[in-house]
Formats: sequence, C-alpha cells, structure tokens
Amino acid sequence: MEIDNPTSDWANRWRHPDVYLQRSGPYAVEGYMPGDELTEFIHSDDCKILVVGAGGLGCELLKNLALMGFKDIHVIDMDTIDVSNLNRQFLFRYKDVGKSKAEVASEFIMNRVSGCKVTPFFGKIQDKDEEYYSQFSIIICGLDSVEARRWMNATIIGMYDEEDPSTMKPIVDGGTEGFKGQSRVIIPRNTACYECSLDMQTKPVTFPICTIANTPRLPEHCIQYASLLLWPKSFPETKIDGDDPDHISWLFSEATKRADEFGIRGVTRTLTMGVVKNIIPAIASTNAIVAAATANEAFKLATSCAPIVNNYMMYVGDEGLYTYTFPLEKKPDCPVCGTESVKITISGGWKLQELIDLLLERPGTQLKRPSLRTSTKSLYMQSPKMLEEATRPNLEKLCSELFSSGDTVVVTDANLPISLQLVITFE
Amino acid sequence: MLNIMSIKKKNAADAAAGGRSPKTSATKIRLQKDMDDLSNIPKTMTVSFPNPDDLFNFSLTITPDDGFYKGGVFRFSFKIKEGYPHEAPKVLCTQKIYHPNIDLEGNVCLNILREDWKPVLNINSVMIGLQYIFLEPNPDDPLNKEAAVVLNTNRTLFVQNVNKSMRGGIIGGVSYDNVLQ
Repeated sequence: MEIDNPTSDWANRWRHPDVYLQRSGPYAVEGYMPGDELTEFIHSDDCKILVVGAGGLGCELLKNLALMGFKDIHVIDMDTIDVSNLNRQFLFRYKDVGKSKAEVASEFIMNRVSGCKVTPFFGKIQDKDEEYYSQFSIIICGLDSVEARRWMNATIIGMYDEEDPSTMKPIVDGGTEGFKGQSRVIIPRNTACYECSLDMQTKPVTFPICTIANTPRLPEHCIQYASLLLWPKSFPETKIDGDDPDHISWLFSEATKRADEFGIRGVTRTLTMGVVKNIIPAIASTNAIVAAATANEAFKLATSCAPIVNNYMMYVGDEGLYTYTFPLEKKPDCPVCGTESVKITISGGWKLQELIDLLLERPGTQLKRPSLRTSTKSLYMQSPKMLEEATRPNLEKLCSELFSSGDTVVVTDANLPISLQLVITFE
Repeated sequence: MLNIMSIKKKNAADAAAGGRSPKTSATKIRLQKDMDDLSNIPKTMTVSFPNPDDLFNFSLTITPDDGFYKGGVFRFSFKIKEGYPHEAPKVLCTQKIYHPNIDLEGNVCLNILREDWKPVLNINSVMIGLQYIFLEPNPDDPLNKEAAVVLNTNRTLFVQNVNKSMRGGIIGGVSYDNVLQ
C-alpha cells in the first residue's frame, strides 16, 4: 500500500473498526447512532482519552488504542525507564534507559502510528488537578499500585456532579499479577468503584512477626527479620529505600547471616530486593491479554457500538485457565461512592451546634450522632471520649470561625453506612 | 446507557468550570467512620490524640481488669498511613514490658496486625485484639521467647515475673518499665 501523506488517513485505514461504527445490529446499545459522525468523533480531539501508567500495561494500551483509531491520547507516568523494564515494555529501547516512560512511549507511538497525537506528562497523577482530568472522555488505568488506583478512583468519582453529565468520566482499569489479571469498568456512582472492592485486593505477603523473630523457615523470613526487626534498631531515623543499593546490601548481608544461623538456603540479593519492594512478577503476555480487554472496553465506551462489560472480568491463568465476569456490587458504606454530596447554604454566623441541629432535622438522612470534619480539622467528633471532649467547645463556635465558605465538611454517623459531603456556602 | 459522544459535546461549552474545594481522602473518611465505632469501647481502654485534628496518630491505654496484667497501665502508639485500610495500622507498645507476645522494642505479635489483617477490620478490632493478649497471653506465638517458656513451664514463676516487671523490676538481666500507676 502506498501512502502519500502519512499523517492523513489512507483509504481503508479504519475499515475494520468502521464495520462496527457504520452499522447497527440487534445487540447494539439503545440509542446507538452509527455513521460518519461517530467515526469522525473517535478520530477527533473531542474524544480525548487518558492512559494512566506507561509501564507493562501502558505500552500495550497505547499501542492498542492508537491502532483502534483514537487520535488524541494523553499519557501520565512518574517513572523513568529501567533496564529491567525492557523485557516487556516494548516501546522502550536500551538507549532510552533513564528517560521518562511517558515521553519515550508517546514519541514511539507518534512515529509508528501516523496521525495519532500522544501528549505525555512526566510526573505524578497527584500533580494534576480536576481541571486536567476533566478534559478527558475516558480514563484508562494501567497502574501497579493500590495507592495510585485509590487516588485516581476517588478523584474521578469526586469530580462527578450528578447535575452535570459532562463531569461523568468512566474509568477502565486493568491490572495484572503474574498469570492473573483483571479488567473492569467503573461508571461513577453507577457501578461499584475501586474503593468498594478494596477488600478483594491481594495484599502484600506478610508473615507472622513471631515466625520472623523465632522460627524462620523461608529465605523471606530471614529478609523480613533484617528489614522489620534489625533495621529499625540499627537505623531508627532512616526509612528503608528499596531503590538504594546500600540499603539492599545491608539487608542482604544481615539476612544472609540469619539464614546461615538457621540453615536456610535461598537468600539472594534479587530476592532481598523483591521482598523489600514487594515486587510481583510481571508476565508480558498477561499484560497483553488484560490490556487488550481494557482497550476494547474503552472503544465500546467511547462509541456505544456494543455493550460494555458488566463490570468486572477476572482472568485466572495460574490454575488452568479460567475467566469469570460478574457485576461487582456497590458497597453501601463505601467512603468514596457511598458518599452523598450535598450543597447547602447557611449563615456564617451560625454556631456549629445549629448546623448539627439542621442535619438532625434533615429528612431522608436519619442522622442521630453525626461527626463532622473538614479535610484537615475535627469540627465535632462523637467518639472516642477524648476527641469528643476536645471538640465539644467547637459546638459553641461560629461556623465562620471553624471553616471557610465553600469548604467541604464530611459527616459520618455510627448509625449510618453512608457519609455526607456537605459543601457549605455562607450567605 | 452512557453516551460519551453527546456528553463530550456538552462538555465543550462547560469547559473549565472546576475549582471545587479539596476533597477529603477515602482514608480520612474511613478513619472518621472508625472513630464513630469507638463510642462503646470497654472502660479498660482509653484513646488519646496528641492533635485532635490528626486522626492518623493516636495512642491507646489499656488497663486490664483481670488476668496476669491486672493493675498495669499499658500504652500503645497507633500510626495509620494513607494506605489504610488496605494496610494494617502500625501499632507499637511504647513501654518495655514482660509479655510473651511483645518484644523489648514494642513489636506486637497479633495476627490481625499482619498476616490476618483485612480491610473489613477496623481500629476497634485491633484494640479488642490488643486487650485480648493481656487477658490471654499466647506462649505458642512468642516474641519474647524467655517469657513464653516460663509461661509454658512454670505458671507460678510467670505470675511472679509479670508482677516484678510491672513494678519496674529486672528479669533475666532486662530492666522493665514500671507500668503501675
């Protein structure tokens, strides 16, 4: 095929995805409007999408999304390329070691997929505010930590204002761990969110501290003996940095002594680093499977050309092969999506007690013993006793002394699973 | 069904509305709920906050009303991180005490603080667990091995050692903190 102008679309370039965008069918989503307008939308900057993470999943996601016809992709990653990434993160080469993942990945995709614009951000997700995230239609996550996912989830769901549909940003989240993985879609306040499913997350492998202290049997026990018990005694002021070779050397040497004492084999420098940093083995093809499923969901979400996953697909490849898709349920007491956001206007001259009385009378919430906090301050806490006593004097203070107009006050109640986020404006 | 194309068009008009106040993190909301769950804790436990605005750092005092440790006042520090409740709270005994499940640095061997921690547990569960190891010290999961051996082999001596240690005495060359008030 000859291509005159590599930045424009050549004939038949999008023939395959267009099959789905140009015609409807019996299983099409209600209200689906196939045609040129939809095709143009996908290729336009009206359909701007964000890929969070440019690592194992991120490389696959960027490749898939660009090849499906998304042309305005942003990518955010705080990491630089390490030699150990090159075995699977195929957008990077040896010469790129030390450079930003987001920047190198963007450049690679733009060189390879003509007409696709990828905008990198080399930094933390926390560096960006709601204004940044609000420019995207869909947020696609290929992250490796619970912490980053929780932050992203809480931010995107917090942005959603039910009165303004444009603030609704679906999240498609992929994750892998060895031969296992998952892909899910989160529709703010409609489906379960990441926080709802926190109980399901695999937690870091931990061993009983008494085993570590007294009856080690595994090399991991010896390494944790060094990191948990010896380190804090020897360097009480310093936190272990898993990326500091001196720290790893010290731990490795102490763990080796411990292992020799108990006749345990298998303590290596690599294992020491693995245990200290809680490194989970990454399998390139699991990333490919999960990223492919995740990218397809993003495409279906963007176009409505077919129903999306409802709402969680797990891929279990470490015990034979098993996949299961199920609708994960919302948790009523979820601190992120079980939180009702309410805007109220009061007089700044009100005492805090008057605000609480108003909440107690508010129909539909059935608050009995509300505790109130701003993001930084305990306004009034019902318990424990010491907190109640410390915050009781605030009841007689004026709201305007305690917080500012426009602040969000979180209200919880032992009798209620949900919490309220009151956005309070003073008259 | 959500229609991204129609949403997006509306969005162009409302661009950059933003600017709402900072959100409280999920961890903080969860901690606030955990505090609400501490209204009926037993009289043998008190919680105190060096800074009432900071729910991430507080201390717990346990005064067992029964068992080997009756009469003692035991203090623990709680440090919660942003990873909570995915990660367990970090709990340390701030005194040097003679207990089979607590070492001389204050590390506590309590299953729900490490291998059996789950996000459905909360601060209350941990406090109840800590109180329990004073009522029923467990010599089978020792952190202070010497104390565990004594509890297993010579109960009378264990009672004497506990009483001596709580007064600030020396056992096996180790000087313990006085925990009687």
